[in-house]
Amino acid sequence: MEDQTRFKGLHISDQLAGEITRTEELAYELKISEVMTQNPITTSIEMTMEAVLNTFRNHRISGAPVLEGEKLVGVISIEDLINSLRKNDISSPVKKYMTTSLVTVRETDTVIEALKLFVHTKLGRIIVINSSNQLAGIITKGDVTRGILKALDHDYKEEEVRRYRASHLFEDISSDRSSLILRYTIKVGDFTRGGSASSNIKRALLRMGANPQLARRCGIAIYEAEMNLIIHTTRGGIIRVEIEPHQITMQATDEGPGIADVDLAMKPGYSTATQEVRELGFGAGMGLVNIKRCVDWMQLESTPGVGTKLKIKIFLKEEDTVGEGYPSTKESIKDESSGNNKSFGA
Amino acid sequence: MNLQEIINHLGLEVLTTKDKDFSAVEPQSGYISDLLSCVMAGANPLSLWVTLQAHINIVAVGALKEVAAIIITEGARPEEGTIQKAEEEGITLLATPLSSFFIVGSLWELGLREKA
Repeated sequence: MEDQTRFKGLHISDQLAGEITRTEELAYELKISEVMTQNPITTSIEMTMEAVLNTFRNHRISGAPVLEGEKLVGVISIEDLINSLRKNDISSPVKKYMTTSLVTVRETDTVIEALKLFVHTKLGRIIVINSSNQLAGIITKGDVTRGILKALDHDYKEEEVRRYRASHLFEDISSDRSSLILRYTIKVGDFTRGGSASSNIKRALLRMGANPQLARRCGIAIYEAEMNLIIHTTRGGIIRVEIEPHQITMQATDEGPGIADVDLAMKPGYSTATQEVRELGFGAGMGLVNIKRCVDWMQLESTPGVGTKLKIKIFLKEEDTVGEGYPSTKESIKDESSGNNKSFGA
Repeated sequence: MNLQEIINHLGLEVLTTKDKDFSAVEPQSGYISDLLSCVMAGANPLSLWVTLQAHINIVAVGALKEVAAIIITEGARPEEGTIQKAEEEGITLLATPLSSFFIVGSLWELGLREKA
């Protein structure tokens, strides 16, 4: 029993907790009653060993609990049976050969308790008892495996359901025009979190059923806009993404310093990044160029001393729609894509 | 050729989890640059990205571009936070004291090309 105390002092650090797999977690969550075999084959105390042999053979089992009336008194296994066979004594009763020192677990215990016992006792099956110490069932390693697989399958199905729901977000919502808006506040100089808004948006799009190619394009465009806010602004900015069944609109807004010459800023290789930032691998002068390459429509509006507003759109074909609910008529979509600002159609 | 064979041939150090089955990863192409926006523009999914940048933003770029792994050259060492971020994003970080030139040359010799 001293082995069991070994687990007591184990301190679970955050890092260790992060390494615990879902399977291990389940061993601590699942109750033995959920995985055990109920109503197992039992033998009585007076049964002959010959009858035990037939029972084992007929039910293809290698052990069984022994009952005296309702009371659990022992366990009989194939080893005990071999023992009686070697002594040519199979007409003797179970009472003579059974093991009476019982290893048991409670049905309310978690599966991990059974797993510990399997390791420490090398037993193949453990008897499960209820709160009044009566036989409740039997648990084998096979039961544990099956139980965990079933639970994992359940988890998997739940994830599938969640994914399905996200990918049909707009389908059952009636409105003239539905959209999902995601907002991210980007801090200036926050290189450590650089790229997290774009990864989150990309993940959201994939969840909503976007095709991977499209999610990647969006991810790249938003990443560059995000890094621009981190590198070039005075006070950071806001990224706002609007997801609609027929288009994705992204807007990056900041409060300065503004771009003096928008045409020059759009030139491949032109950058105002500092030496320090360039050493990190930024400032290639490709950011806006990359954005333009990835989107269907782009508008860059900037006033020095006031701020910059970048707006981009990716139009979705019906087969590439996210969240379902693609508009049936094009006329229902009015766009502000016409303006007197600098637009870069692609 | 799979990533495990590449790791063995080039003697690369695996900085992120070693529990991944690298033999199941088949890099399809390579890309070399230390300018992140160029990588954003040029690297293909499942490519090997060779760079001497080791700071945290390479992880975001690698994840968005879905590269097979990032090979950090010339003995540059990412910080612990970078490695942790890479684990979260499922990006493999490999390190070598050798130069980018030497690594790219070896990858080419091993037969890594551009597979569309």
